[in-house]
Amino acid sequence: MRMKSLERYTDNPEFEYATSGHRACQGCAEILALRLGLKVFGRDSIIAMATGCMEIISTPLPTTSWRLPWIHVAFENAAAVASGIESGIGILMDKGKIARKDINVIAIAGDGGTSDIGLQALSGAMERGHNFTYICVDNEAYMNTGIQRSSSTPFGAMTTTSPPGKKSIGQATQKKNMPKIAAAHNIPYVATACPSYPFDFLAKIKKAKAAKGPAYIHVLSVCPTGWRIPSDQAIHYGRLAVRTGIFPLYEVENGRYRITYSPEPLRPVSEYIKGQGRFRHLTEDLIAEIQDHVNHDWQDLKNHSEMK
Amino acid sequence: MSTKKGMEVSIAASVAAKLARVEAIAAYPITPQTHIVEHLAELVANGELEAAYINVESEHSAMSACVGASATGARTFTSTSSQGMELMHEILFIASGMRLPIVMAAVNRALSSPLSIWGDHSDIMAARDTGWVMVFCENGQEVVDSIIMAFKIAEDRRVLLPMMVNLDGFSLSHVIEPIEFPSQEDVDRFLPPYNPLYTLHPDKPVTMGAYAMPELYTEAKYSQEMAIRNSKTVVKEVMDQFSREFGRTYNLVETYNTEKADTVFMALGSINENIKTAIDSLKEGGKELGLVSLRLFRPFPDAEVLEVLKNKKKIVVLERVMPGGAMNGPLFNEMASLVVSNGLNVQLENFIFGLGGRDVEPEELMDVYEQVVSSAKLSHADNKNYGVIGVRS
Repeated sequence: MRMKSLERYTDNPEFEYATSGHRACQGCAEILALRLGLKVFGRDSIIAMATGCMEIISTPLPTTSWRLPWIHVAFENAAAVASGIESGIGILMDKGKIARKDINVIAIAGDGGTSDIGLQALSGAMERGHNFTYICVDNEAYMNTGIQRSSSTPFGAMTTTSPPGKKSIGQATQKKNMPKIAAAHNIPYVATACPSYPFDFLAKIKKAKAAKGPAYIHVLSVCPTGWRIPSDQAIHYGRLAVRTGIFPLYEVENGRYRITYSPEPLRPVSEYIKGQGRFRHLTEDLIAEIQDHVNHDWQDLKNHSEMK
Repeated sequence: MSTKKGMEVSIAASVAAKLARVEAIAAYPITPQTHIVEHLAELVANGELEAAYINVESEHSAMSACVGASATGARTFTSTSSQGMELMHEILFIASGMRLPIVMAAVNRALSSPLSIWGDHSDIMAARDTGWVMVFCENGQEVVDSIIMAFKIAEDRRVLLPMMVNLDGFSLSHVIEPIEFPSQEDVDRFLPPYNPLYTLHPDKPVTMGAYAMPELYTEAKYSQEMAIRNSKTVVKEVMDQFSREFGRTYNLVETYNTEKADTVFMALGSINENIKTAIDSLKEGGKELGLVSLRLFRPFPDAEVLEVLKNKKKIVVLERVMPGGAMNGPLFNEMASLVVSNGLNVQLENFIFGLGGRDVEPEELMDVYEQVVSSAKLSHADNKNYGVIGVRS
C-alpha cells in the first residue's frame, strides 16, 4: 500500500502502534487489520482487548507489541472494561485531574469474544451509549484454542468441534449476524470491513472514531491456519468473500444502511469455497444451499440499503 | 466536626463511599446490596457526589468496568452479594492480580440452591482466596469507618490491592443504627486523592494484563502474595491512624472477656454482638466465655490471633457456611492450621450456624458453651467434625 494514500486518514502513516515481533501466524489478516486501523485512531487511544489470538500473540510478559495504552482483563468483557475506561477518563477530565482531550477508547475482541461469550457485555455497553469503538476481528472460529466452532463459523465449515462425518456436514448452523445485532441497538455507527479492502476499512475506522457514542466494526479477518489455505492467500480470500457476496461491505450510519462496495455481479460462492480446506468436504448440493443463502441475504441487504 | 445520626447501615455505607470521594461506581442490583447502590445513584443524580455511575448489565461487567475505571486512576467502588459475587468471581482474581485498589462493600448472603436472599457467609467464603484484602464488620459504625479506611489501605503503594468490606445481609445491612459520621474535611485530611503508580493514558502508554509463561507466572503470583501478606502492616497503621484522628479504636483482632476465660468463641461479622450478649449472661451465672473476633480476615492475622489465644484451653469456631465436603468450615481449617503449625495444645471445636438468614439466639450460643466445657472433645452426629446449631434432621 502506498503511504501517500494512507495520509488521507492519518497524520503519521509510517508510525506503527502494533509493532513487529509479535507472534501472529504467517498471513494473519487480523494483525494486519489492527496495524492499519490503529494508524487511523492515532496516539490518543486506549485499547481494551479480550482474550484471544491478538492478545496472546502480542503480550507475553515482559514484552508488548503495543505502543498505545493497552489492557487485557478476560475473554468476555472487553466492552465492559472499555465502559470503565471511558467512564474513568471522563470523570477524571470532569474533575480536572487529567487534561481534557479526545481519547479514543477501543475494545477489540474476536468472533467468539463478541458473538458468543462477550455478547452480553457488548450489548450492555452499546445500550449505555459509551463513546467507544468496538472492533470484532472475525476469523470465524476459536482459532486461538485450536479451531473450535463459534456462532460466527459459517455453515458447512469444518472445525475441530464441528467435524464433518457420517452424521455431520460440519458446522450445521448459519453464521450469526453480529452487525445486524449491533445495528439493532440504534448506535450511531455500524460497519463491516475487511483488510483486503484497506481504504474502505480505514474510511470506516475514521467514521467510527468521529462518532459520538458507540461504534461497531465487524472485520472479516482471514485465518490461513484455521481456514486451511496457503498463508499468502489471506488477501485473496478476503476479496473473494466480498466479491461472492458472502461478506458484503456496508455501513449503518444513524440507522441508514449503505453498501460501501458493490461486488455485482456476484461471483459464484464456489470460487470462495473450493480452495479452502475447511470446506473441502462440501457436496455440490451443500454449496448450492450456501449460494441460495447468499443470494437471499444479498438481496435483503440491498433492500435495506442505498447503493453508493 | 462529626455528627451522629440514626441511619440504615446500607445508606451509611454509601455515605461513607461519598465521604471517600469515589469517582467511579459500577454496580448491578442484587438483594440485599440494593440500598447501597440505590443511594449512591441518588447522590450522583443530585449532584452531591461527582462520580461516574455505570449501570452495568451484570456483576461480571460490574467488576470488569471497575477494573477498567480503576486502571485509568479513578477511585473505584462497587457493592454486591451472593450470586453477584459468584458471577464476578473470575474478575475478582484479575482485579487483585492487576493490583487495582477497588473497594467493595460485600453484603454477605447465602448462595443458591435453594435460593435464599438472606444472610450467611457462603458468598464470601467462596471468594476468600481471590487475593483481596478483607475485613468483617459487626455494626454500622464499623462499616462506615472500614470503607473510609479501605481506600487508604488499598491505595497504599505498599499494598495496591483491592479490598472488601464485609457486612452481613439484612441483620446488619438493613438495620437502623446510630452512626457517627466524620466531617468531609477530616476524611479529606485522612484520605488524600488516589495517586496511582500507572494509569491507562496516551501520554505514557503501558501494557496491563499481559500473560505469563511458566518461567514468570510463579514469580508474578509470589510477588502478589507477598503484597497481601505484607499488607497487614499497612492495615494496622491505617487503623492506628484512624483511631488517633477519629477517636474510634480498631484492631486487626478484637477480643471480649478473654482475660479470664479458658474457652473462647471465634466468629466473623454481626453474630459477634449476639455472642457478647451470651457472654454477659454467662458471666451473671459465674461462667467465663471469651470472644475473639477477626476484623481482618485476609491476610489472616496469624500472629495477632496467636497472641490472644495464649493459654486458652478451648476454641470454638463458629461459621456461617457449610463445609461443602471439607472436614470442617473454612475458618476452622484456618485455625487448625494455626494450631498445628504452632504446636498449641487446645481443644478446637467447630459449629455451623445462621445459614440462609437463620437466627441464632444467645441461648443457643450459651448451650454450645455448655456442651464444649463439659466435654474433652465433642462427638457430633453422623461422624461429622462439626455441629450445626439448631438443625432438624
